Amino acid sequence: MSSSEIWITILVGAGVSLLVRALPLTLIRRPIKNRFIRSFLFYVPYATLAVMTFPAMIDAAAHPAAGIAALAAGAAAAWFGLGLFPVAIITCAVEFLAGLIPV
Amino acid sequence: MRRNRDFTRRMVWKGLRDGLPIGLGYFAVAFSLGITARGAGVSPLQGWVASILNHASAGEYALYALIGAHAAVWETAAVIFVTNMRYLLMSAALSQKMDPKAGFLRRLGTGFCITDEIFGLAVAHPGAVSCTYLWTAFILADLMWAGGTLCGILAGNVLPPDVVTALSVAIYGMFLAIIIPSARKNRVLCGLILVAFACSFAFGLLLPSLSEGMRTIILTVGLSAGAALLFPLKDEDGKEAKA
Repeated sequence: MSSSEIWITILVGAGVSLLVRALPLTLIRRPIKNRFIRSFLFYVPYATLAVMTFPAMIDAAAHPAAGIAALAAGAAAAWFGLGLFPVAIITCAVEFLAGLIPV
Repeated sequence: MRRNRDFTRRMVWKGLRDGLPIGLGYFAVAFSLGITARGAGVSPLQGWVASILNHASAGEYALYALIGAHAAVWETAAVIFVTNMRYLLMSAALSQKMDPKAGFLRRLGTGFCITDEIFGLAVAHPGAVSCTYLWTAFILADLMWAGGTLCGILAGNVLPPDVVTALSVAIYGMFLAIIIPSARKNRVLCGLILVAFACSFAFGLLLPSLSEGMRTIILTVGLSAGAALLFPLKDEDGKEAKA
């Protein structure tokens, strides 16, 4: 992509991000009542993040086994209540160590 | 007047205190994002500006992945809309915590601040949201976020390839840290995440020509709508969703 195309993409992305963040805050002045919409919005973040994590995480690793080890370690650390930062560090460390083992 | 100024100073101080730990975490994750951005051909200045304006881990990861994949602008806009859709919910929730007298610009500015963590601060703050507090915490955290991206783009080629690969999985670690704790508490979410993993994997195998962005949109909308139909929220869950 050329530099100007990248700038356009970045600015469009920023505009969409701002709309998503600010529209409800400026428009909605009372609670959302519709049960389907509330439920849908509640599930969206989990579905998006899960779809983006797997199998992309496996592909990003040095080899699939290292990716799976990092996924398992990160999931376990998050399960036991560690925060964003420690979980991110643990996944990196496990990927690094597992990536050193030739497959 | 004097009491007002004391209050402002207290809110600025509180904002700095709460924004710093958030910013430290952001710096590390943004560093890993910077490596992704570098791989996509994004310049340091572009990465810094994109981070200041977007400041969203998943949305920005999608942005750089799509720039790297030469995606069409409309596709990028659609994917960022979907990946940032959770902010619609947070923004809707914050609308209930705004001073009812707050005008358009104040609401717009508060909306711009929303990230998972800043939203958490806003929810934890008792009573109506103090914009001074929120904006102070946000500006500090956002600058560290953009600084992390900048350093990731600049330092990506200084680090050994093994280390770059290891850092590039940090972003997925952060995604796991967002979704797994809720999955532990809620069986429907646990099932949804496992089904999403399986569908994402199957789509990649069966429809390799479908772009990653389109896959994310189709699966997110389809699976969330399915979950909303099969397992609509009870009122208590609605409150939990805000927390």
